[in-house]
Amino acid sequence: MSGDAHGDVKTIPERLPIVDYLQLGDDPHLLANECTTCGARYFDRRNACAKCGAAGFVSVRVSDRAVLTAFSIVHRAAPGISVPYVSAIVLTDDGTSVRANLVGLEDPMKAELGMRLGFTIYGCGTDDNGTECVAFGYATV
Amino acid sequence: MSDAVWVLGASMTRFGRYPDLDAVDLASQACIDALADGGVTIHDMDILAAGTLFQQSGMGQRVQKQIGQTGIPVYNVTNACATGATAIRTVHLAIKAGEAEMGLAFGVEQMGKMGLLRGGAKDETNVYEPSGRYGAVAPIDGILGTETMPGVFAQAGMGYAYENDGVGFEQFARVAYKNHLHSTLNPLAQYRKEFSMEEIMGSPVQSYPNTLLMCCPTGDGAAAAVLVSEERLRSMSTEVQDRAVKISASVLTSDPWVESGQVQPDVNTLTRNAAAQAYEAAGVGPEDLDLVELHDCFATAELIHYDNLGLCERGGAGDFIDSGAPFRDGRTPVNVSGGLISKGHPIGATGVANVYEVTTHLRGEAGDRQIEGAKVGLAHVIGLGSACGIHILEKAA
Repeated sequence: MSGDAHGDVKTIPERLPIVDYLQLGDDPHLLANECTTCGARYFDRRNACAKCGAAGFVSVRVSDRAVLTAFSIVHRAAPGISVPYVSAIVLTDDGTSVRANLVGLEDPMKAELGMRLGFTIYGCGTDDNGTECVAFGYATV
Repeated sequence: MSDAVWVLGASMTRFGRYPDLDAVDLASQACIDALADGGVTIHDMDILAAGTLFQQSGMGQRVQKQIGQTGIPVYNVTNACATGATAIRTVHLAIKAGEAEMGLAFGVEQMGKMGLLRGGAKDETNVYEPSGRYGAVAPIDGILGTETMPGVFAQAGMGYAYENDGVGFEQFARVAYKNHLHSTLNPLAQYRKEFSMEEIMGSPVQSYPNTLLMCCPTGDGAAAAVLVSEERLRSMSTEVQDRAVKISASVLTSDPWVESGQVQPDVNTLTRNAAAQAYEAAGVGPEDLDLVELHDCFATAELIHYDNLGLCERGGAGDFIDSGAPFRDGRTPVNVSGGLISKGHPIGATGVANVYEVTTHLRGEAGDRQIEGAKVGLAHVIGLGSACGIHILEKAA
């Protein structure tokens, strides 16, 4: 029998985002914590703003459209990581830098600085409970 | 009398692999040699600063057990790849503050064959549970971009290529060509082999555009420096004074906020800030430098630091390397030691070793690799997280 003596039964999620700033659902997107004083954005939780020192944040949606500002084609990685893959730094149309993989390129050498990209999600693994892990990436548009 | 601080003695072990020694052996050797080089003993030291990133804690005190337990204050410092520079800066500050007349700084690392730095392997637990500040349910390296050092610095170089013309795979490869070539003249370098551009560009890709021969190796080694106040120096023999090298600037910066900093470490702004402070303090400009030892952990890193240190026109790092300017016979010789790429990068030692290198040239004691007539040199390191150390050194007048 699952659950403990108090009757709490843990529901096993069908899928989980790989990081909490990835919002799943019908309209997947990234969320950032935006400083209410200066507008600086953070994907992790912050005690106060690294730019201005204020402590107020509001959650905001990050634009799905972006441009490729830097990348590396990674051929050597820790065991278990499939290579090669394209690590990308993108700048979204609303001015937020994001790091993710460039996905869907048949040849990694076709990555080009300045190329237009769109946000996408994909499954990146399943745990022992059958929960799927969902990651995000960017693909050419 | 000025309140300048001087390098009195300096030393480094050859960088390489020392499976039969430990880090304490390496550090002790560098310290004993630096003290002898300065004509002083451990009993003359008022302070000891010990830099290491990966070794067991208490390195300074453990080295004291081998070279002299005199009861002086010991500062064990760690600051990523700027650890060695931070050790020097610690002694520098103590002398500037008037709490010490003379001090010893060393940096050491024994890395063996650690291989690729950073980048997490998949863990063994197979039930997703959010953890950490990003609520990650699994390791993100390789899924949300790269966290490996060759990749992060590749992206730093590609970011520069995005913003500036004339920078690509060939320019990055030429940096590595230069440093491998330079290292053939340095008996203290871990590797001393020349490679052709074809060999460099054709060696296994680690993180494009960085191939294997464009990445620094891991390794073992130590370096040490004895620093002295101007007043104390003037009480010494003219022979000693003539070999002393003036520290015209000692600067440490951290990374200020930039928009992209949370996803890609910014190695530029803190270097630019440190360079501006250092040139101001020393009263020299980049055009006055006879040699530069800068932090070429990867070829992509060296190229962008030409610009960050003001060695070239803004945006002109590609032209700078293509013109031959940073070669040892060029306008501003860069990494005539072979740099981290070929001299090696035992992390804690690096920021002391580059001060040793510049000091040795300013004294005219660099042998086959001597830059003739060198009077002013700059030593730069940067560690992710981030910390940047710059020292500008000048030959005794």
